[in-house]
Amino acid sequence: MKKFLAQCYIWILMVLLYAPLVFIAVFSFTEGKVMGRWNGFSTRLYQNLFTGQMQGSSSLIAAVENTLLIALVSAAVSMLLGTIAAIGLHNMSGRGRRALTFLNNIPMINPDVITGVSLFLLFIFLHFTQGYLSVILSHISFGTPYVVLSVLPKLRQMNPNTYEAALDLGATPSQALWKVLIPQLRPGMISGFILAFTMSLDDFAVTFFTRGTIGLETLSTYIYADARKGGLTPELRPLMTLIFLIILVLLLFINVRQAKMQKSE
Amino acid sequence: MKRSHWSIPYAIFLGVFVVLPLLLILVYALQDGSGHFTLANITRFFSDSDALGTFAVSIEVAIENTLICILLGYPAAWILANKELNRSAVTIVLFILPMWINALMRTLATAELFGMFGIPLGKGTLLFGMVYDYLPFMIYPIYNVLNKMDKSYAEAAQDLGATPWKVFWKVTVPLSMPGVASGVLMVFMPTVSTFAISEFLTNNKIKLFGTIIQENINSSMWNYGAALALIMLVIIGISTMFTGGRKEAEEALI
Repeated sequence: MKKFLAQCYIWILMVLLYAPLVFIAVFSFTEGKVMGRWNGFSTRLYQNLFTGQMQGSSSLIAAVENTLLIALVSAAVSMLLGTIAAIGLHNMSGRGRRALTFLNNIPMINPDVITGVSLFLLFIFLHFTQGYLSVILSHISFGTPYVVLSVLPKLRQMNPNTYEAALDLGATPSQALWKVLIPQLRPGMISGFILAFTMSLDDFAVTFFTRGTIGLETLSTYIYADARKGGLTPELRPLMTLIFLIILVLLLFINVRQAKMQKSE
Repeated sequence: MKRSHWSIPYAIFLGVFVVLPLLLILVYALQDGSGHFTLANITRFFSDSDALGTFAVSIEVAIENTLICILLGYPAAWILANKELNRSAVTIVLFILPMWINALMRTLATAELFGMFGIPLGKGTLLFGMVYDYLPFMIYPIYNVLNKMDKSYAEAAQDLGATPWKVFWKVTVPLSMPGVASGVLMVFMPTVSTFAISEFLTNNKIKLFGTIIQENINSSMWNYGAALALIMLVIIGISTMFTGGRKEAEEALI
């Protein structure tokens, strides 16, 4: 009985949480201009999306390309910077370690708007032309802390002597790095990369403040502008459905992998 | 080269892209348009009835949203962390998944759903939408703390004759407070500073504080915008001190 009630509660919450997402997915299979008006099953919106035959298609496709480009570049740099930083942080102690950990926490605690406004003022102050580079640098700044926090536990689990052992056995420092250290950190690096990538994909506020006036649009800013004009581009529905499925697969992949690793340990 | 030196590039990066920008908020907030020191931006806020009203509404909505998220989220986290009631690890993934979907798109879909059922947009729909957006951020940290909790405390209380109800209130709830604190941190401040989402959920009837900041920055009133951001930073500092559980907040996300 208790179990039944608990299951019911979980399912009701789940249905509520997913209602908007399911709503988008369902109405991606009809041609209606407005969400909520069903006029027959059709895969037309998907076709439009893939063939690029739609109103304002070039700007939507450009927005998707920008979003992916910014997310990939910033997550890759975050992974590199964060992994090196985590190795350094792991070998630090005392006040320096505490200070760096504190600074690393700030971007995660700060609300998006504050991060966005503060970086906007930075680029103004430095007379830095805002555009792709300023957005990418901003995304690196909020993505890297997640990489650091994903790699640190892997460093703690690692036997600190394996790296020295490799050196003693005649490996060069770069061999020891690539053959001993990196393979042990790789799971944390991949999780960190995926976290930084999805944070970047989802970001609206920081991009909004740091993209400047060159007309750079990502998916979020495109949706914002679109909704302000009134009426979303119908092709956004199939696009969001696909993105949702990709993220679902990615997250399940991370979790199944983590569960497997815990079992094998 | 010592390996602790590997953190130097990141330390420099944090200095330029985190510390300096926050200092600039302070600098711009205390300057007028021509760069002279002034407190006028701060005093202007306290006489700006529009901004003050928005601020009060934001705090009110944030408190209500946080309370509803705790009331709905705590039982869910407790059930998910209970091995007898939930054996599947996939359920928790499904609960945190919406966090990774574009919040604007989710919000717009929610607003359309309300429209389809003929529910007028206003305060009620705003709260509903906010709970949608932030509930996962409350569930996950509480779940994490409950999941890592040493079960022997509860068993000991039971062995010593406590009823299940007493075990829950006197052992489980106090031990899970760090998780609740992180949840509050991750729901309260983001709600106050939300922009765009509140307009879409209320058809522009209710603005939250983040929108006021954005409007000032976008209309080139950088100094006043910075002053408003500074006021938010002060509140973040205070609320972090109150909740204290800063560390779990981020670790809860991973």
